Parts: sequence; C-alpha cells; structure tokens
Amino acid sequence: MDFEYSEEQTLLKDSLRRFIDGRYDFESRRKLLASSDGFSRDNWRQFAELGWLGVAFPEDSGGFAGSPVETMIIMEEFGRGLVVEPYLATVVLGGGLVEIAGSAAQKSEILEPMIAGELMLAFGHSEPQGRFNLADVRTTAEKDGDGYRLSGKKIVVYHAGVADRLIVSARTSGDVRDSDGITLFLVDPRADGVSIRDYRTVDGFRAGDITLEGVKVGADAVLGTVGGAHPAIEAVVDRAISALAAEAVGAMERANEITNDYLKSRKQFGVAIGKFQVLQHRMVDMYMHAEQAKSLSCMLAMKLDGPDRERALAAAATKARVGQAARFVGEQAVQLHGGMGMTEEYTVGHYMKRLTMIETLFGNVDHHLRRYAALAD
Amino acid sequence: MDLAFSSEDRAFREEVLAFVEANLPGEIRDRVARGLGVGKEALTAWQRTLHEKGWVAPAWPRNYGGAEWPLVRRYLFQQVMGEAAAPDIPPFGVNMVGPVIYTFGNEAQKARFLPRVLSGEDWWCQGYSEPGSGSDLASLRTRAEDQGDHYLVNGQKIWTTYAHLADWIFCLVRTDDSGRPQEGISFLLIDMKTPGITVRPIITIDHGHSVNEVFFEDVRVPKENLVGEPGKGWTYAKFLLSNERTGIAHVASAKRQVARIKSIAGAEEIDGRPLIEDRAFRARLAAVEVDLMALEFTELRLLSKVQGGGTLGAESSLLKIRATEIQQSLTGLLLEALGNYAAPFEAESEDDARRNEPPIGPDYRDGALQQHIYGRAATIYGGSNEIQRNIIAKMVLGL
Repeated sequence: MDFEYSEEQTLLKDSLRRFIDGRYDFESRRKLLASSDGFSRDNWRQFAELGWLGVAFPEDSGGFAGSPVETMIIMEEFGRGLVVEPYLATVVLGGGLVEIAGSAAQKSEILEPMIAGELMLAFGHSEPQGRFNLADVRTTAEKDGDGYRLSGKKIVVYHAGVADRLIVSARTSGDVRDSDGITLFLVDPRADGVSIRDYRTVDGFRAGDITLEGVKVGADAVLGTVGGAHPAIEAVVDRAISALAAEAVGAMERANEITNDYLKSRKQFGVAIGKFQVLQHRMVDMYMHAEQAKSLSCMLAMKLDGPDRERALAAAATKARVGQAARFVGEQAVQLHGGMGMTEEYTVGHYMKRLTMIETLFGNVDHHLRRYAALAD
Repeated sequence: MDLAFSSEDRAFREEVLAFVEANLPGEIRDRVARGLGVGKEALTAWQRTLHEKGWVAPAWPRNYGGAEWPLVRRYLFQQVMGEAAAPDIPPFGVNMVGPVIYTFGNEAQKARFLPRVLSGEDWWCQGYSEPGSGSDLASLRTRAEDQGDHYLVNGQKIWTTYAHLADWIFCLVRTDDSGRPQEGISFLLIDMKTPGITVRPIITIDHGHSVNEVFFEDVRVPKENLVGEPGKGWTYAKFLLSNERTGIAHVASAKRQVARIKSIAGAEEIDGRPLIEDRAFRARLAAVEVDLMALEFTELRLLSKVQGGGTLGAESSLLKIRATEIQQSLTGLLLEALGNYAAPFEAESEDDARRNEPPIGPDYRDGALQQHIYGRAATIYGGSNEIQRNIIAKMVLGL
C-alpha cells in the first residue's frame, strides 16, 4: 500500500507545476479563451516535447509506458491551471480508444502523430436522447459495399471543431440502448455529409454538435470489432472519469488555496473575515471535500487497469463523490469571495464554472449513484 | 385562521391578471421566463404602462402618486406579476429612493424627483457598497466635504447595478468621521452626468453586464441634494433596507421555474422514458417544491402578522435566505434536466455574429445556464446569507 509518487512521478508533477506557474497565468489563459481555437497550439507542441501526450501509452504504441497515475498527475495540475488544451479529448478519449480497440496499423497511423502533437482527436458519442447511458446510440451505420454510411447526431463533443480525426459510435445492429451492436468509426471531419456546429462552453472550452448525413466510410474506418464497441467505450469513459476526477481535485485544491488566502486577507468589521467561525467551518468543509475527492481519485487511478467490474464500481463511486465535492467547493469558493467571486476578471468564478461542468460531464452524481447501486448489488 | 383570500381580493387578482395578459408583450414575458435580461427601453415601456394604470408604486401613499394598497393587495399584485413573467421594475427608484424621499426629503425634492421616479423618466442606481465596505457597510469611506454651498465628493462605489444606465445615484457618503462610523454617514442624491464621475463596467461570470464600479473625483454636489439631515444617512439606509426586504420571497417566479423544469424534464429522456417520470429526479424536485411551499406559507404568515398590526423585523431575513437557496436549488435541477446540453454557453453579445447559424440544442435551454451562473450572486447580494443568519441570531434569537 503506497499513495506516494515515485521519483519520476514527482519530476513529472514538478515540470507540470513549472509550466502552469510560468506559462499559464490567468491573463494568458484569458487570451487563449478569446483566440479562434480557444487554446494554444504552441502549448500543445510544448506538451508533446515534454512527453505529456505519450506518457500513459505503451511503448509499442510510441508511448512511455506510464500508468493511469501519470494521467492523474497531469490532469491534477491541469485542473490547478484550468488548462483548456484538448488533452482529455485527444489523448485520454481519442488516444485511449485507439489504444484499447485499434489495430496495429491504426495505432501507428494515429497514436504516433498524436503523441508527437501533430494530430488531434475528438470522440463523438452522446446523442440528444441518450443522456449519460453509454449504450443509448441511435446513430446508424448502414452497410454500403465494403464500407458503411453513417447518419445521426452527436452532441456536445468537446473540441470537435479542431479535431483532425473524429471517432464516432454508431449502431450496426440491435435496438437503441442495446449494448451489443455498437461500432466505432474513424471519420474525417472534412468528409461529405459531416457538419459541425461549434460553440463555447460554460467552462471556457469549445465543443460542437456533429451531424452525420450519409457519411461514407470504408471498412478500414472501423475501430475494433463490428458491433462490439460497448466495453471499449465503457473502459475509455472510465479513463475520462479518472482524468476528470483528478482535474477536479487540482481545481478544488487551487480554489481552496485562493479562498483561504482571501479569508486571511479580506477585512470587515476590523478583522480578517477568516476569524468568523461560520466561514472557518465552511472552509473546513471545502477542505474535507477536496481531501476525500483526492483519496477516491487515487483509488480509481490504481484500479483503472484492473478487472472491469471493480474498475466500474470505483469509477461510479469516484464520479459521484467528486461531483458532489466539485459543486460544493466551486460554489462556496464564489460565496466566500462575495461579489469578487462573481467577476469574470477574477479567477475563482472560473474554477466554479469548470467544477460545475465536471459534475455533469460523463454522468452527473445521480447517474453514477444509480450505476454504483446497479453494480454493487 | 383562514387560508382563503376575500372575494374582493380574488376579484382584484383577476383584474391584475387580465391587465398583464392584455398589456405585456409576449416577447418580454418569454425573456423573463427564460431568465434573460430585459433592456432598458422595454423595462421603461412596461413601467410607463403600469404608471398610466396607477399601479407602478403599490406601496406609495396616494398623494405621492402611489396605489396605497393594503398589504394583501400588494402581495397578490406581486404574485400575479411573478406568475405572468412580468419583468421587475428596477427597484432603485420606486422601491428604494422614492420612499426615502417622500419620508425624509423636503418638499422641493419630492416635487422634483418623485414624478420622474414613477414615470421611469429617471433611472436610479444605489451607491452603497465600496471595495473595502461590503458586509461591513458602515465602514464606508467615500467622503463628502462641506464646501459651503456644495459638497465635494471623492471615493468609489462598487457592485452598482445599472450605474451605466442610470441618470441619478443615491449615495451613502461620509460627512463626518469623529464619532461612531454609523453617525457620520449622509444620504446624497447625485446626478450621474456631473463632471468627475466615471463608470467602469464589471463583467460577471455569466458574461453579463449589470454591475459597475463608480468613481467620484472632486464631484460637486449641490447642498440641496442632501436628503434629510447630515449624519442621518444610516437611519435612512436602514429604513430603505426594510423596504427592500418585503417581496423578497419571489415565490411566484420560483413556481414558474418549477413548471419550466417539469416541462423540460418532460421533453428530456432518460433510458427512453421522460426524465420527469424518473423517481430519483422527481423526488429531488418534489423536495424543492415542498421547500417552496414552506416558504410561501411562511411569507403569508408573516404577512398576516403585519396585517394584524405587527411589524416585520429580522424575520424577513428568513425569507431572503430560503428564497435564494430555493432559487439556486431550482437552477441546479434545471442544469441537471438539460443533461449534456448544460455545457454550451454562448452569451447573447457573443452570439450576434452567428445569428444565422442553427440554434444549439433544444430551444428551452436558452438562458438556463446564464440563470444558473448569475444566480450564484443571489446568496451574496442584498446582504449575504451569512449576514442574514447573523441578523436572525442577534435580532430574533438574542444570541
């Protein structure tokens, strides 16, 4: 039993911390949000050079044979800096799916340039009716010669607008909500019949709705087995949940530091407001939420490569608990700042917005409590 | 005890409802129902409509142009307005400065300001909070120096709603700092066009602009703009706050929000069924509905107490606390109902260039996120909920 980082992991964390502190201050981030991509391609190249895009992938895929703990470390620091580059979309989800389900040829074609920072990915899965049920897929893939024609709609696909390749799920057989019959396809976003309506999200990211209208793909576009994608989707979404939990932990820890400093420096009635017991107890609750979230985030990272059921239970529990923590800490960080917390020019409201979205992404508290209950019995 | 309103009161309610139905443009109602802002022009037009009917100031005495309704009528009027998604008339004129002027001002001030407050010709804003004086308002430092025929004002106000739209600001300023902090404060009316005033917008995290910073640099304010006596500003401010705290329960708009959530949850699916049929979701919504009912009947009980000759003191803090907490629970459920479509966020100002693009997601998501995010301010403004609890602890419980 050991929750400590190895020497290499500490070095990784330190290099991330240096990058965030040096290159990702609040003003620089604000400029990124206003730019056309909504993030910095320079930063992305830097991530590649520092090895962060490949650290979690096996060596035979061009990676550095890290573990989910490395992803956790990266995401925690990204959470502290509210990093908006498409790491989750490209590396965790896109790269993760190719690693889990892809053929050797697909891995070398996609993972190598992705790890080098030359290829971005996005995973279109959620549909308007589907909510958080990963089997609720209505998008169709009809056989067309050797290949398929895809039709349907994928919503709120983070970073869809900048992706060089899309991975979309579609139904090759079965009924809506059957877990069998779902297939993953690699799709060129510039192909005929693909349209993307991109937009800003409340947490400062970019996302898009993807409409597929009879999009023609070849047989080689299939990622994994025909009709058998559901386990890969569940596995990669649990990786995303682990990454988001870590991001939330970093964001909560930073929001708590900022709020704690504010309680010590803001004076009203002649004293620092941190002297008021009601605010002390609130701050203590925020701290306790962050600590418990961190414990479960570590647990999930260590169970992520374990047996499916154990992984799924850990992911459900972690997302449910972290979701509650994220909402509480984000909202109370704003509350304890008073009006300052509400201003776009000040940091803490941005933490609240990201933490609010993390609660929803890949299933809110309610969804994961249900999932936990279904798995645990 | 009797829960029913009199038949006269019920007839009054019907009359108000019919008037709103006939006179409030549907487009404005739709914006209010979605929690989107309503512009100055539309608000002023609606205020004019109410003014012509004689309904713009339910609580004001008749001789100043008010309706002078008894408390129950005022309550019913507000309920109907809330149910019908009528926009709130900005409170700074009619609810705040107006009563201070007719209670403590001189005849010249009444004649000059009150008619324009009622008609909406003048827009007012409130100069209270300062960067160093939020919850501890009495520590305010904006100074008004006596220069014989005028005051010279220097200092800064913050969180000033509508300062960018207002013609006038009523300000708490320090005219004396020799005694207790509360004793040296005066209540000053300042023309926003006076040289030396600068308004700087504060953009909030919903990307909206309603609050501002207001800077005063050697601003000359004629002595005739002082309300009442110098050094009595704190008393007037407390009087004003007691006005601000009636009608803060917002029960009708919360009921509208419940209906909106039900309608959205009826359209959204979970595992192929409407979300509203989901037991866990429905139970959470039911819990908030019950909270809301407890708030509604607490407000009515307090109202009945006042009607019977009692006074409403710190109990109003209870209404403010519960109303804002319920409001935030409801937008939380709104967010939950939207599922994945909670994430997209295009503020209207940013969306101008993209009007021709298809809308994002279902139409009912418009405004929901803005409302959720901006709604975090509700437990902060008008005296934070922590301060409201302190008030109850001290004034009601004697702790």
